[in-house]
Amino acid sequence: MSWIDIGALDDIPLRGARIVKTRMGCVALFRTDPEEVFATSDRCPHRGGPLSEGIVHDRKVTCPLHNWVFSLETGAAQGADEGVIATFPVRVEAGRILIDAAALGRRSAA
Amino acid sequence: MPKSLIVIGAGMASGRLLEHLFEAGGDWQVTLFNAEPRGCYNRIMLSPVLSGEKTYDEIVTHDDAWYAAHGVTCRFGEKVAAIDRAARTVTSETGEVLAYDKLVIATGSQPFIIPMPGHDLDGVIAYRDLDDTERMMALAPGARAVVIGGGLLGLEAAAGLHARGVDTTVVHLMGHLMERQLDAAAGYLLRKELVDRGIKVRCSTNSRQILGQDGQVRALQLEDGEELPCDLLVMAVGIRPNVALAAAAGLAVGRGIHVDDRLCTSDADIFALGECVEHEGALFGLVAPLYDQAKVLAAVLAGEDDAAFRQKELSTKLKVTGCDLFSAGDFAEGPGREDIVFRDPARGVYKRLVLEKDRLIGAVMYGDTADANWFFGLIREGRDVSDMREMLIFGPAYQGGTGADPLAAVAALPADAEICGCNGVCKGRIEAAIAEGAVDLGGVRAVTKASASCGTCTGLVEQVLAATLGDAFALPVAQPVCGCTDLTHEDVRRLIKSHPLKSQEAVWQELGWKTRNGCHVCRPAINYYLLADWPLDYRDDPQSRFVNERNHANIQKDGTYSVMPRMWGGMTNAAELRAIADAADKYGAAIKVTGGQRIDLLGVRKQDLPAIWADINAAGMVSGHAYTKGLRTVKTCVGTDWCRFGTQDSTGLGITLEKRLWGSWTPHKVKLGVSGCPRNCAEATCKDVGVICVDSGFQIGVSGAAGMDVKEVERLHDAATEDETVEWIVAFLQLYREHAKYLDRAYKWTAKVGLDWVRAQLADDATRQALVARFDLSQSIYQKDPWAERATPEAARRFAPMADLTLEAAE
Ligand code: SRM
Ligand SMILES: Cc1cc2nc3c(=O)[nH]c(=O)nc-3n(C[C@H](O)[C@H](O)[C@H](O)COP(=O)(O)OP(=O)(O)OC[C@H]3O[C@@H](n4cnc5c(N)ncnc54)[C@H](O)[C@@H]3O)c2cc1C
Ligand code: SF4
Ligand code: FES
Repeated sequence: MSWIDIGALDDIPLRGARIVKTRMGCVALFRTDPEEVFATSDRCPHRGGPLSEGIVHDRKVTCPLHNWVFSLETGAAQGADEGVIATFPVRVEAGRILIDAAALGRRSAA
Repeated sequence: MPKSLIVIGAGMASGRLLEHLFEAGGDWQVTLFNAEPRGCYNRIMLSPVLSGEKTYDEIVTHDDAWYAAHGVTCRFGEKVAAIDRAARTVTSETGEVLAYDKLVIATGSQPFIIPMPGHDLDGVIAYRDLDDTERMMALAPGARAVVIGGGLLGLEAAAGLHARGVDTTVVHLMGHLMERQLDAAAGYLLRKELVDRGIKVRCSTNSRQILGQDGQVRALQLEDGEELPCDLLVMAVGIRPNVALAAAAGLAVGRGIHVDDRLCTSDADIFALGECVEHEGALFGLVAPLYDQAKVLAAVLAGEDDAAFRQKELSTKLKVTGCDLFSAGDFAEGPGREDIVFRDPARGVYKRLVLEKDRLIGAVMYGDTADANWFFGLIREGRDVSDMREMLIFGPAYQGGTGADPLAAVAALPADAEICGCNGVCKGRIEAAIAEGAVDLGGVRAVTKASASCGTCTGLVEQVLAATLGDAFALPVAQPVCGCTDLTHEDVRRLIKSHPLKSQEAVWQELGWKTRNGCHVCRPAINYYLLADWPLDYRDDPQSRFVNERNHANIQKDGTYSVMPRMWGGMTNAAELRAIADAADKYGAAIKVTGGQRIDLLGVRKQDLPAIWADINAAGMVSGHAYTKGLRTVKTCVGTDWCRFGTQDSTGLGITLEKRLWGSWTPHKVKLGVSGCPRNCAEATCKDVGVICVDSGFQIGVSGAAGMDVKEVERLHDAATEDETVEWIVAFLQLYREHAKYLDRAYKWTAKVGLDWVRAQLADDATRQALVARFDLSQSIYQKDPWAERATPEAARRFAPMADLTLEAAE
């Protein structure tokens, strides 16, 4: 793993999200709790909605376009909808957010 | 010959050490120094002394007779000033030098005093020892005290002061009380309990300075300039290990005095224990580990080789009578961790268990801590709990049973189990009502009052009905807000007002939300209800808003946004149009004239929004709120200004209305139209509010629509003047804001409550004027251009990606 610092935890509002641009597309970072952050693909598998603009609740996000709900832990769509978003390792350390660059690279190579 | 043991500090740790030492029967000649002018007492019981539940005499652990019986030379009220390790002596502050064979440092810790201006005034104290306690006890009833710090000590001080009749305010920097021990939900309940008692609690509050008069504290000044007058200021913001003596003697110290598993410092003849030490990076602030240390050190001094101190899980309780709380282990959120939450709002009970890899690793409880020890045991043992997961939160009494059927649980309740806390209705009373013929919630409510007050036990009452009637009972059809609650929108609105509930946390907690923090359905609704009902107390939460209302632009199917400035009453001018044209060029936007008499710039990228807003603001235009559940457009026709049929200034009235109403949040969108005559060119008869101007005045129609349903307005009132027209419309919208269910357009709401009721409300002058006043109050907070607020560089930053890794070198 190769952790890179992508910014301060407080740059993401609580129960909000921000995006990071990567070569394989935008990655959304969700802050679900004061010290808890998840990283997933920003693109909804339904019709490409920007998940980072959805409402964040518990460890889930609701897509802003047509309300599909995804688990941020597993990436799986909830309920009757079918689809999975990629999830990436992310850590919070001393108020900074670290993301695993290697995992991003792997996905893009695949 | 007895060996000489010198002990520095007669606190809780060394007191316990001496007990063990003498029990082991070693041959020691002990000299005990203490800076406090007294021997060892149970420091943690100072709080009950403060509150008056105990006296000092009751908390003394070792009295003169005990010291005498064990031949301890007591040097109380005398500090040790220095240690000479080479000579193996200590020097007391009186200059006397004493030799030791072994030395124990047990100097405890020192309260941290924030070095803000005024901290040295008389009347600024910490909460550590008997002197501090007596200082607080000396306050007369009615005196005022401020406690800085909402942790364990601060709250015990505040509760004790309050119990003595002192007017007490707690000022806490963090968002909730005891944040190190409690999560936000439990912190909320604790705060509520204290506030209900009359203690004032200010969270998220920073202090600037302490103000004095003639050298005596007078008030605490907060960061925003507000002053909290006080006769005594107690600072309880943390402690620091007392390491000065050890450090000066050249012993290894970090944050505390470094000790190994045998409590030995970097000098083989010097030991340390208690709050002054640091062991494997950890400091200590509770007595349980200190008692373990005392036992180990006694064994080490007795020559046992295998005694070793091990850190264990700790738990915390608050010693404030009536506040039952417990916390243990690690309860922070984290990936791979799961929560099990139980809430019983009527009883003020909250329990949360945190599991990781099928093991219980943390627990927070408030209100009912009866099972705390059992949970604490599970945490310490690190036992696999997967087989009892289902019923785990109900405690040991429910383990080993069958499934977790809620009906079975209700059926198992005894007849005298209380179901409705507000009205004191027990299960037997409800069963009796059912036997007498009640078949549904309404029936039970009518005869027993169960669930008729706060309504939080509704689900339980229904379960009793279901368990008693079996298939004969059909659950009612009232639609709950969403899966997070069984309450309807109407229930929630009513409870928010009656309780009163002023934060989302309060709603989730007190109304027993089943989820941690709601979902995309309930969050926007609750956010709206709170800001509509408590404009001054509640702050809008952008994270509970749909993307359009959070980003103040309409999201399009490709993820770009549309930007639509206001054109008051459909009027514009060449300069505005030029600015719009320039913006379209600059940001590559398409231009469309909307159905609402204004211009839409389509296809703007998110990161360009703040810049285009700044440009449009610079031309004097503000957000058109085309994306909100709020005021959209006020369509007008040309009216008396130009039209040969115009009877009144319809354009002017439209602009007046739009300027009064813009920026307000409503249950659903609100559109207005003002036509200058019954030919109705502004389509005012299919708007939420439409005005038709006639010779004699203004016909106000409401509850029209032309969307999924098409509806003509119904006449609300005929007004003689423009002012009267505006007053009625503002009052109508405020009534709608205060009563409608979120996402009901005006026509749906009036269909539910009846237009007659609405008319009756508004016809009463006092009621109407009060509605207008409440609307204006809300506007004083919310009538702000959201674009201008977000076009600042700081806010604009948030519209851009947080980082760009596309430029990062390949792996
Ligand atoms: C821009 C505009 C169409 C146009 O090009 O003219 C428009 C565009 C949208 N309308 Fe509309 N409506 C527009 C005038 C209307 C009108 C006509 C009017 O206001 O005179 C109506 C019928 C009148 C009415 O509201 O009763 C109208 C009835 C709706 C409805 C149905 C509402 C209902 O209660 O049945 C929706 C859906 C909703 O709000 O839930 C809707 C929703 C929408 C949304 C916001 C859909 C969405 O959520 O994304 C569209 C945004 C498109 C976009 O990508 O930007 N729009 N919409 C008009 C903006 C007017 C303005 O200046 O603010
Ligand atoms: C109000 C209050 C309530 C508390 N409630 C709880 C509770 O509910 N549960 C819990 O587990 N813990 C509680 N604590 C914490 C607990 O009291 C401490 O952890 C414990 O007292 C620490 O013991 P100690 O022996 O290390 O230090 P102390 O008890 O502070 O003893 C150190 C002694 O050393 C003396 N000393 C310092 N320097 C010198 C020197 N140079 N020469 C001579 N003497 C010196 C000091 O005067 C002091 O008497 C509470 C503390 C307070 C103040
Ligand atoms: S009618 Fe309104 S909601 Fe439907 S496509 Fe046109 S703009 Fe969109
Ligand atoms: S694009 Fe996400 S739900 Fe349709």
